Amino acid sequence: MKRLLFALPVALFGALIVFFGYGLTQDPSHIPSILIDKPLPQFDLPGLDATSPGFGTAVFGSPVARGEPKLLNVFASWCAACPQEHPMLGRIAAEGVPLFGLDWKDQPDAAKAWLAQLGNPYARIASDPGARTGIDLGVTGVPETFVVDGHGRVRYKQIGPITADDWEKTLKPMLVRLRNEA
Amino acid sequence: MAGEIGHFALILALMLALTQSVVPMIGASRNDPALMAVGRAATALQALFVLTAFAALAFAFVRTDFSLQVVAEHTHSTQPLIYRFAGTWGNHEGSMLLWVLILSIFGAAIALFGDNLRTTFQARVLAVQGMIGTAFIVFLLFTSNPFARLSPAPLDGAELNPLLQDPGLVIHPPLLYLGYVGFSVAFAFAVAALIEGRVDAAWARWVRPWVLAAWTCLTCGIALGSFWAYYELGWGGWWFWDPVENASLMPWLMGTALLHSALVLERRGALVSWTILLGILTFSLSLIGTFLVRSGILTSVHSFAVDPRRGIFILAIIIGSTGAALALFAWRAPAMKSGALFSSVSREAGLTLNNLFLMAATAVVFLGTFYPVIMEAVSTDKISVGPPYYALTFVPIMAPLLVLVVFGPMLTWKRDALADVVRRLRGPLLATVIAFVVAVAVLGRANVLAASGMALAVWLVIGACAVLVRRWRLGGGFIRSVRTTPTSTYGLVLAHAGLGILVAGISAMTAWQSSKILVMRPGQTVTIGREAVTLVSIHEATGPNYEALIASFDFTRNGKTRPMTSERRFYPASRSQTTEAGIEGRILGNTYVAVGEPDKAGGIVVRLYDHPLVGWIWSGAVLMALGGCASLADRRFRLGAARASAGYVGRLVPA
Repeated sequence: MKRLLFALPVALFGALIVFFGYGLTQDPSHIPSILIDKPLPQFDLPGLDATSPGFGTAVFGSPVARGEPKLLNVFASWCAACPQEHPMLGRIAAEGVPLFGLDWKDQPDAAKAWLAQLGNPYARIASDPGARTGIDLGVTGVPETFVVDGHGRVRYKQIGPITADDWEKTLKPMLVRLRNEA
Repeated sequence: MAGEIGHFALILALMLALTQSVVPMIGASRNDPALMAVGRAATALQALFVLTAFAALAFAFVRTDFSLQVVAEHTHSTQPLIYRFAGTWGNHEGSMLLWVLILSIFGAAIALFGDNLRTTFQARVLAVQGMIGTAFIVFLLFTSNPFARLSPAPLDGAELNPLLQDPGLVIHPPLLYLGYVGFSVAFAFAVAALIEGRVDAAWARWVRPWVLAAWTCLTCGIALGSFWAYYELGWGGWWFWDPVENASLMPWLMGTALLHSALVLERRGALVSWTILLGILTFSLSLIGTFLVRSGILTSVHSFAVDPRRGIFILAIIIGSTGAALALFAWRAPAMKSGALFSSVSREAGLTLNNLFLMAATAVVFLGTFYPVIMEAVSTDKISVGPPYYALTFVPIMAPLLVLVVFGPMLTWKRDALADVVRRLRGPLLATVIAFVVAVAVLGRANVLAASGMALAVWLVIGACAVLVRRWRLGGGFIRSVRTTPTSTYGLVLAHAGLGILVAGISAMTAWQSSKILVMRPGQTVTIGREAVTLVSIHEATGPNYEALIASFDFTRNGKTRPMTSERRFYPASRSQTTEAGIEGRILGNTYVAVGEPDKAGGIVVRLYDHPLVGWIWSGAVLMALGGCASLADRRFRLGAARASAGYVGRLVPA
C-alpha cells in the first residue's frame, strides 16, 4: 500500500507525458474548420470586371452532379504572404489542377493590377469586396486554400501559404485520392 | 572567428559534461577518491568552457556579426549597445545557452565550495547535474545551435523584438533562469539522496540556501516580468494568467512549499520523502516552464521558437529527468526512514498544511495551463481558460493559506495547544477584526470581498510583526532581542509582511480600478479617479532606432499640475509598435495613460486608468525577496553545514 502511494507521482507523470506527446504532434497554428466534410456554403459572386466571369457554388459540383475536385484559394492584393505563395499557385495550375480564386476584402482594380504584375494562375476569380462569402467560409486570414471534392464538399483547409512541402505531401495526394473516389 | 571559438568551446563543454555525469557516479559507488576528483575538475572546466561560449556569443552580438544566424535574426545595427548585448539572451538559442551557463556555474560552485559535503554525496550531486547539463548542451548543439553561420552574411539584421528592448527585460530572463536553474540543485540533491538512500537534517541545511536563493531570484524575476507587462504592454494589467506567466508561477509555488518543508526536515527530521518529492517536482516544473515556451504545445505571446523538433527533445529531457527521478523515488523512498512524529497542532502540522495548500494551488494552475492540451487530446476543441477560472479556483485555495501563514511561526514545534496559539495571536486578531469592520463601514456592504482582502492584508502584516514582538517579550527586552534574533527570523517577517502588502495591492486593484477609453483632442480635459488629465499636444520625435508619436499631458490633482508623456513607438526595422505608458506613480495608486491610434481630425485614442495601490503588488514581492535575502544571510547556513559534515566524515571513514 505504501509502495503504491510512492509510485503515484510517477504514474501521474506518465499520464501527463501521454498528453504532452499528443499535444506535440498537433500543429499549434491548426485551427479546425467546422466546414470540413460539409457542403460549400452557397454563394455566387461576380468576376473582377464585367468582361471576366465570376463563379459560384455551382462550379464545384453538387451531391447529384459530380465534378472534378478543385482548389479554392482565398487571396488579396494587400496580403503580405500572397506574393510568397504565388509561384506555388502557378506551379499547381501548370499541373492541370483547377484553381479558383476568391479575391477577399479587396478592390477589384487593385487585384487586377496585382495579377497583371505577378501572373494569373486562376481558372476563374470571384470578387468578394464585402467579405460576405469569406465570413460564410470561415476565412481567418489570407491566404487560405480549401480542397473541395467533386460533390462540392469541403474536405480540407490550408491556412497560410502553400509551401512546396504542403503541396507534395498533403494537397496533391489528397486531390489524387479525391479524383479516384467513386 | 568568435563564432567558431564559441562552437568549439560548447562541444568541449559537452565532452566535459559527459565526463561529469559518468565518472563521479562510478567513483562514488566504488568510493574511489581519484574518480570523484575527476568529476569536480570536469565540472569546473565545463563551466569555464560554457562561459567561453557565452562570451563568444555576446561578443558576436555586441559587434553585430551578422554572419551568425541568431545575430542576424535578432539584432539590428541601430540597436543601442545595451540591447545588442541583451539580445544575446533575447532569443531561443542564446537564452538556452544562458540556461546552460547558469547550470554549469552552479555545478562549479558545488564542486569548488562543496567540500563540506560528504564526498560520495557531492560526487553524485555533480553527476546528476552533469546529466542535466549534457542533455541541454546536446539540445543546444543539435536543435538550436547559436553558432550556426549564414552565408552570405546579410548587411543588416532583423531587430530584437522592440517589446524586449527595455531595461526590465535585460535582467528579467537571467533572474528567472537563476531561479529555475537554482532548483536544479535541489533536484540533484534529491536524486543523489535517493541513490544514497539517506536524508537527514544536514541534507536539508545544504539544500535550503540553494532553494532560498533560487526562490528569491524567481520572486524578483516574476515581479519584474509583471511590472514590465504593466508599463510596456500598455494594457495596464499586472497579471494575465498567460501560460508562460503560469509556467514561472508554478515552480514558485512549489518552491515555496519546498522552502517550508525543508525547514521542517532541517529542524525536526520530519517530512523526509515529501521534501524529496518536492525537490524533484519543483525543478520538473521549471523544466516544463522551459518546455512550454519553446515547444509550441501552447501558443503564447512569449513564444520564441515554435519548433516541434525542439519540443520533442525537451519532452525527452523531461521524461529522462523527471520520469527517472520519480521512478527512483517510487523505488527508493519507501525504504527511507520516516521522520519524527508530531501532533496535529504543532508547527510541523501547520507547515504540512501550508504545503498541501500550495500543492493544490500549483495543481490548479497546472490544470488551467494545460487544460487546452488535455481537451485537445480528448476532443476536437481548442479552448483555453481565462481569469474567471483562476478566480474560482486559485483564489479560494490561496485565501485559507494566507490565513494560515500567520499561525505557522506562532506555533511551537512538536506539540502545541490551539487555545494557546489563539491567545498568542490576540493582537493580530483584534487588529484584523477592527480593520474589517472599519473597511465595511467605509466602503459599504457591496465591497465585502475587498474589505476581506484588506483585513487579510492587515492580518498578514500585523501577524508577521507579532513574531518579532513575541521574541522581544520572551527574549528579555527590545535591545537584547534585536541582537539575538537570527536574520532568518527577520527574513520570515519580511516575507510574510510582503505577502500582506501584495494582498492589499491585489485586493485594491481588483475592487477599485477604473478606466476610460476615449478619443481626446489637444486642450481637452478628462477626470479619472481624483486626477484631471489634460491632453496638451501631440508631436512626433525620432529615437535611435524608432519613430515616436509623443502625447504630452498635464496631470492635475489638488491644484498641482505635473507634465506627463505617453508614447507610441514604431520600429521600422521590425515594423512593429510598442507603447510607452505615462505613469504617475504614488504610494496610494497610479494614474496610467496610454495612447493609441491618432485619428484624422487631430485627436488620439487615449486609455486612462486609475490603479489604486498597484505599486504595493510589486513592493510586496520585493519585500518577500528581501526576506529571502535576509534568511540567506543567516549564519546558521555557513556554520551549521560545516559542523554537520565534520560529524559525517568521522562516521564514514571507518566504514
